[in-house]
Amino acid sequence: MIKVSNLHKSFGDNEVLTDITAEVDAQEVVCVIGPSGSGKSTFLRCLNRLEDITQGEVLIDEVNIADPNTDINVVRQDVGMVFQHFNLFPHKSVLDNVMLAPTKLKRDSKEEIQSRCLNLLEKVGLSDKAEAYPSSLSGGQKQRVAIARALAMNPKVMLFDEPTSALDPELVGDVLAVMKDLANEGMTMVVVTHEMGFAKEVGDRVFFMDEGRMVEEGTPTQVFDETRHERTREFLSKIL
Amino acid sequence: MNLSPESMIDVIPYLTTGLWYTFIITIVGVAVGCVIGTIFGFMRLAQNRLISTIAGIYVEVVRGTPLLAQIFFLHFGIPNLIGFSMDALISGYIILAINSGAYIAEIVRGGVQSVDKGQLEAGKSLGLNGLQTMRYIIWPQAVKIMIPPFGNQFIISLKDTSLLATIAVGELIYQAQQFTALTFDAFEAYFMVCLFYLIITIPASLLLRFTERRLGT
Ligand SMILES: Nc1ncnc2c1ncn2[C@@H]1O[C@H](COP(=O)(O)OP(=O)(O)O)[C@@H](O)[C@H]1O
Ligand SMILES: [Mg+2]
Repeated sequence: MIKVSNLHKSFGDNEVLTDITAEVDAQEVVCVIGPSGSGKSTFLRCLNRLEDITQGEVLIDEVNIADPNTDINVVRQDVGMVFQHFNLFPHKSVLDNVMLAPTKLKRDSKEEIQSRCLNLLEKVGLSDKAEAYPSSLSGGQKQRVAIARALAMNPKVMLFDEPTSALDPELVGDVLAVMKDLANEGMTMVVVTHEMGFAKEVGDRVFFMDEGRMVEEGTPTQVFDETRHERTREFLSKIL
Repeated sequence: MNLSPESMIDVIPYLTTGLWYTFIITIVGVAVGCVIGTIFGFMRLAQNRLISTIAGIYVEVVRGTPLLAQIFFLHFGIPNLIGFSMDALISGYIILAINSGAYIAEIVRGGVQSVDKGQLEAGKSLGLNGLQTMRYIIWPQAVKIMIPPFGNQFIISLKDTSLLATIAVGELIYQAQQFTALTFDAFEAYFMVCLFYLIITIPASLLLRFTERRLGT
C-alpha cells in the first residue's frame, strides 16, 4: 500500500530524513516511535506530500507521489491524516467539519454524504455533538471528530501524528479505542505515537527512528523485547 | 464672542449635501478599495516574487506618501502631464479607492496569514486543492479576523475624504467653506461639520464593536 524507497528530506541544508526505505502493507498498522526531533512527523508528512520530497520515491498504492506530475490532491483523498492539534475547522459545526471534503470532492448526493457522516460520528461516539462547534468540545472529542473527518473521504490509509499527545491523560483512552476499532476493521494505518501500550497491542509492526534514519523495524515483540540496536534500547529504557 | 445660533441651522442644507458626497465617496471608494485590496493582498502572499513585489511596491508607495500629495498628484499632476482634466468627484473616487486599497491589502494579507497553518494542512490533507482550501477554510476565518481593522479603515477613509475639499469636491468641509465664505460664521459651520462627521462615525464604531462582539473576536 505504501512503499518508500531511499527517501531523503532536507530543510535547506539541514537533512532531517536520510535514506529511508520502508513498506506498509494493506491493512497493516505501523507505529512509528523515536525521540523528539528524530523526523517522525516529517516522515509521515512526506507520505501525503505535506512536505516536499527532496529525493527518493514514495509510492501510495503504486502512485509515486514524489513525482511532481502526480496530482497530489487526488492521492490525498485516499490518505487521511490526523494531527496532534486536531486542526478542526472552528467556523464549522462538527457535522460540517466531517462533511466539507466529501461535499466538495465526491459526487454522491448531499443526503448520502450526510447520512454517511452521521454514521461516522456515531462510530466515534459523538452523534450528539453533530451540531456543536469545535470550541465547545474537549480535546478527546475534537480528536475523534478529526478522525471522523478524515474517514469521511473513505481513505485507504490513515496517518496519525501523535494523535493523543495534546490530550489530558484521562481522554487518551477514548481516542485510542477509536483507533483500535479502526485497526480491527482492517484500515491501513501509520501512527506516530508515544503510546507504547498501543504500539504493542495494536501495532503489527514498529518503526524506530533516530536522527532522521530508520534505525530498527520489526514486530512489536522484535522491537520491544528482542531489541537489536543499542539506540533503540536506550530510547526504550528512557520511555518505559 | 458672537455666536450665531441661526447659522448653525442655516448651514444644515449645505452640510446635508456635503454629507451625501462624503458618504457616497467613502462607500464607493472603499468598496472598490476592497476589490483592489483583496487582489493586491493575495498578490503579496503569492509565491511568485515578481507578483508579491509589485503588490509590495503599491502598498509602500501609498503608505509612504501623504494623502494630500496623492490627491494633488492624481488630480493636477497626471492630467497636466497627459493634457486632460478630470472631474474632481471622479478623482475623489479614484484616490479613495487606491488609497484605501493599499491599506486593505495589508489587512487582507494579515488576515490570511494569521489563520493557523494547521488549517491549510487539514484542508490539503483531505484532498482539497489550494483554491478550495482558501475558499472554504482559510478565507471565512480570515474575514473574521479582518473585520475590526477593516472597520477602522472605513472610518479613517471616511475622514480622509475631507482632504478632497482641496480639489473642490463638494463634501462636508468644502460645503462648510462655501457657507463660511458667505456668512463668515466659521465657528458655527465647523462645529456643525464635526457633528456631521460624528453622526456617521459614532454609529459606525458602535456597529463595529457590536459585530466584533458577535463574532467573538
Ligand atoms: N518546516 C521545517 N523547517 C525546518 N526544519 C524543520 C521543519 N519541520 C521540521 N524540521 C526539523 O526537522 C527535524 C525533525 O522534525 P520532526 O519531523 O518534527 O521530528 P519529530 O516529529 O520526530 O519530533 C527537527 O530537527 C526539526 O527541527
Ligand atoms: Mg512530531
